[in-house]
Amino acid sequence: MSLSVAIRAKRFGDALVLRDLVFQVARGEVLAVRGPSGVGKSTLLRIIAGLDAGFDGQVRRQGRLAMVFQEPTLLPWRSARDNLRLTTGVDATQAEAALARVGLSGKGALYPGQLSLGQQRRLSLARAYAARPDILLLDEPFVSLDADLVEDMLALTESVIAEQRPATVFVTHAQAEAERLATRQMVLSPAADETAPVADRGSAHEGSRVGGWAP
Amino acid sequence: MTLVDAERRARVAEGAAKVSPALPAWAVRALSLAGLVAFWWVLAWGKADPMVLPGPQIVLPRLVAEAASGVLWQHLGITLWRVVQAFTLAMSLGLVLGVLMGLMPRLNRWLDPWLVFFLNLPALVVIVLCFLWIGLNEMAAVVAVAINKVPLVTAMMREGARALNGQLSDMAHVFGMSRMARLRHILLPQLAPHLASTARSGLSLIWKIVLVVEFLGRGQGIGFRIHLHFQMFDVTMVMVYALSFIGVMLVIETLILQPIEARARRWRGA
Repeated sequence: MSLSVAIRAKRFGDALVLRDLVFQVARGEVLAVRGPSGVGKSTLLRIIAGLDAGFDGQVRRQGRLAMVFQEPTLLPWRSARDNLRLTTGVDATQAEAALARVGLSGKGALYPGQLSLGQQRRLSLARAYAARPDILLLDEPFVSLDADLVEDMLALTESVIAEQRPATVFVTHAQAEAERLATRQMVLSPAADETAPVADRGSAHEGSRVGGWAP
Repeated sequence: MTLVDAERRARVAEGAAKVSPALPAWAVRALSLAGLVAFWWVLAWGKADPMVLPGPQIVLPRLVAEAASGVLWQHLGITLWRVVQAFTLAMSLGLVLGVLMGLMPRLNRWLDPWLVFFLNLPALVVIVLCFLWIGLNEMAAVVAVAINKVPLVTAMMREGARALNGQLSDMAHVFGMSRMARLRHILLPQLAPHLASTARSGLSLIWKIVLVVEFLGRGQGIGFRIHLHFQMFDVTMVMVYALSFIGVMLVIETLILQPIEARARRWRGA
């Protein structure tokens, strides 16, 4: 199992954000995590990525990790090629191949500021691709894009995942995107009873396709 | 924005576009400095007393003579060496302290009162105390200048560290970038503009303090020479030494600091 998550509780101060989340993701699987804003989707992803260690529970990751963020999150002071090289450790040839894979052939010498927003997104995806990840995390990567661009990026992401078959966790609030990419879905829901915020926060409902979570 | 405003702005923008390509930056700089010399010459001509305010036609030949005799270069070199030592010491200490304080709020809470204390400690007091405690020697001179400058560098680098982009740090962490790679490609490029402006303001402050230190307690250097000629009421020689060092600083600024800064900002213009 590439990714194994068991979170008993995650709190911000007194507020319980996530509770009793247990699931695994194997290579080639795409788990979509949906839910309304503020329910803790991004917090869950940060915990999986190892960016937030302040929780009660355990996360086991095997192999290389890559992530596509909400924003392109590039190094503006390095060229597109160097963004791939310096971050993932690939050589110039491999970087060029990754650029070609997302349709950025010949753009390697440009700085991120010289690329369009769509191209920056592609570069961000190329970086994850170049890392040849065993675990791929997608944090609402298509939010705030216009419809055409979403379709482009969805198709590209789909083909990259199909090629490399990492264990993928895909956080999104759009059901259509989730159904397009995911092999399994998980929906986080906030506490039903406001007087008892610790009650159901972060419990998971079975996904619409396979539903591999275990309480 | 009203229509009139818009029109005026458009006209201003047009005017700026017309003026800026006509004269290259170096020409504006040269003309501006020539204007300063002319201003000085007019003041000296108006005062008409070379004992009080000698004009450029009196100061420049003395400057040439002092340079030709070698005395000027000897003292210039000594002062410059003190500036370099104090600058290096203050920048490295301030960089480390400032980044640590910017990244660690708890450390900042403890050290911030110290910073306020040292920021408000008069340069003269630090110099006098260093001479008293360490002795009238080279080390006291360099340490005194560095202590004067460290708090300012710390404060400026703290601002730089606070403005660091957390998303980039997260990205570097997720992709497993090494500590060295993060330092070189994530941290330093973000600090570079702050480092550059700190270096520029730091250099001008440091050489002024070095002169005070030399004035008070050293037997060599520009500050010592100024003290010497001040005691003899030789205004011309005071101006010779002041001008020569300003010249050196202009050269350092133009040939070293500006190119480094331009290189650090290259990606912004791209």
